[in-house]
Amino acid sequence: MIEKLFALLLCHFAKLLTGVRPLWQGCAPEPRLRVYFANHRSHGDFVVVWAALPPELRRRTRPVAGADYWLNGGFKTWLINRVFHAVLVDRRPGRDGPNPVDQMAEALRAGDSLILFPEGTRNLGDELLPFKSGIYHLATRMPQVEFVPVWIENLGRVMPKGALVPVPLLCTLTFGAPLTLQVDETKPEFIDRARSALLDLAPPAN
Amino acid sequence: MPTDHTLFNVFAAVFAALALASGIAAVLKWRLAPGASSAVIDNLNARINAWWWMVGVLAVAFWIGEGGIIVLFALISFQALREYISLTHTRRGDHRALMWCFFFFLPAQYLLIASHWYGLFSILIPVYAFLLLPISATLGSDAERFLERAAKVQWGLMICVYCISHVPALLTLEIPGFEGRNAQLIIFLVLTVQSSDVFQYVWGKLFGKRKLAPAISPSKTLEGLVGGVLTSTALGAALFWMTPFTVWQAALVALTINIVGFFGGFVLSAIKRDRGVKDWGTLIEGHGGMLDRVDSISFSAPIFFHIVRYWWV
Repeated sequence: MIEKLFALLLCHFAKLLTGVRPLWQGCAPEPRLRVYFANHRSHGDFVVVWAALPPELRRRTRPVAGADYWLNGGFKTWLINRVFHAVLVDRRPGRDGPNPVDQMAEALRAGDSLILFPEGTRNLGDELLPFKSGIYHLATRMPQVEFVPVWIENLGRVMPKGALVPVPLLCTLTFGAPLTLQVDETKPEFIDRARSALLDLAPPAN
Repeated sequence: MPTDHTLFNVFAAVFAALALASGIAAVLKWRLAPGASSAVIDNLNARINAWWWMVGVLAVAFWIGEGGIIVLFALISFQALREYISLTHTRRGDHRALMWCFFFFLPAQYLLIASHWYGLFSILIPVYAFLLLPISATLGSDAERFLERAAKVQWGLMICVYCISHVPALLTLEIPGFEGRNAQLIIFLVLTVQSSDVFQYVWGKLFGKRKLAPAISPSKTLEGLVGGVLTSTALGAALFWMTPFTVWQAALVALTINIVGFFGGFVLSAIKRDRGVKDWGTLIEGHGGMLDRVDSISFSAPIFFHIVRYWWV
């Protein structure tokens, strides 16, 4: 109960603070099994994607987040587990826990869509980072799933890494056309296609 | 006539004009062939509906009094600055400077109006923000495109906060023989300049042929400009009784602020074109963003303020 209330408050707060405006450019907000993949500049990223989804989609959409950052006990752990129902993955190279791709595929099989940041970490530079290969492995495992690129504009400026106080700029989310893995598509091809689909949604650089 | 009475009558007249406009727009929509739709008429209806809201909010602020007016314009500045910075390129190193803009300079500017401290009000942003913001940006240790970034932040603060704050600042002027009626100056300014925008739109849509500068603003025409500015100048002259001006003074002042206001819209259009967008935002249905609505006010308010302060105070 308290989790749902908190989630609702957080959604409203994110919308109020960022005036976030979803532009469904390449697809409609439909209840399909999807992986929303976005550029990553701020901790608020998945919150705004999540808040921008219509409530009935939001209930069946889980963010994918790094266990190392969120699982330090206390409020953060409660927030990520109980409010966002995140799929927490271990990003360390020498991990001994479950394989992140297995975890994501399992969530999709259970009928939940995902919010994924294929850059793997928050990006501090100007250019989009190269994608990690997990998105491809997930696509081979779940070929029927639609991969929807989502460009998040401005949120990195609202709350850049290291900042404590957000600046109330307006954010826009652009949802592009869904991608699915083609027959015979190789790993670099798919990753390249996904990355360009995301970049195509970015406004022209100034 | 007591000022409350005057304000009541003016707002009643504006609401009556809006009712008339809504009526005309409804007839236009009704006369369309069944099933047909027209983007222009839909937009007209959206614009008029938004005007009801805007005039309603303004009426509530005036009913509350000086505090209501100051808070309203502070919120307008806040939204305008937000739209401006959202479309302007800044970097991570500017975060601290932006925090100062939103959380210090903006509220401080309006608090200075509330405390009638004209001396500091008039230099806070042009002097202190001008010097302190680039200092705070250097602390972000990022020299890339530094001058450009500093200039953009300062320019936005000037347009969205400093210039717009001159509207409520009219309340602080002490005009002999006009005591307690300063809110009517705001009505004169807002009604003249905003009606100029409306009349330019109407004249342009009805008679517009010669494009003024398609590279900057594709919808502005010479016919719209001349017809709009002259009509709203006549309106300004007709409103002389609510100001300390004579008829001719009112006409001249109205003409000046209408022309400056027109170029305000023009300058902000140039920025929009450069950034490749049509509107500053989506806050006001049919109009675009806040900055689309107040661009002409932000240019004309300081000029109007200084005209009144120089010759009538």
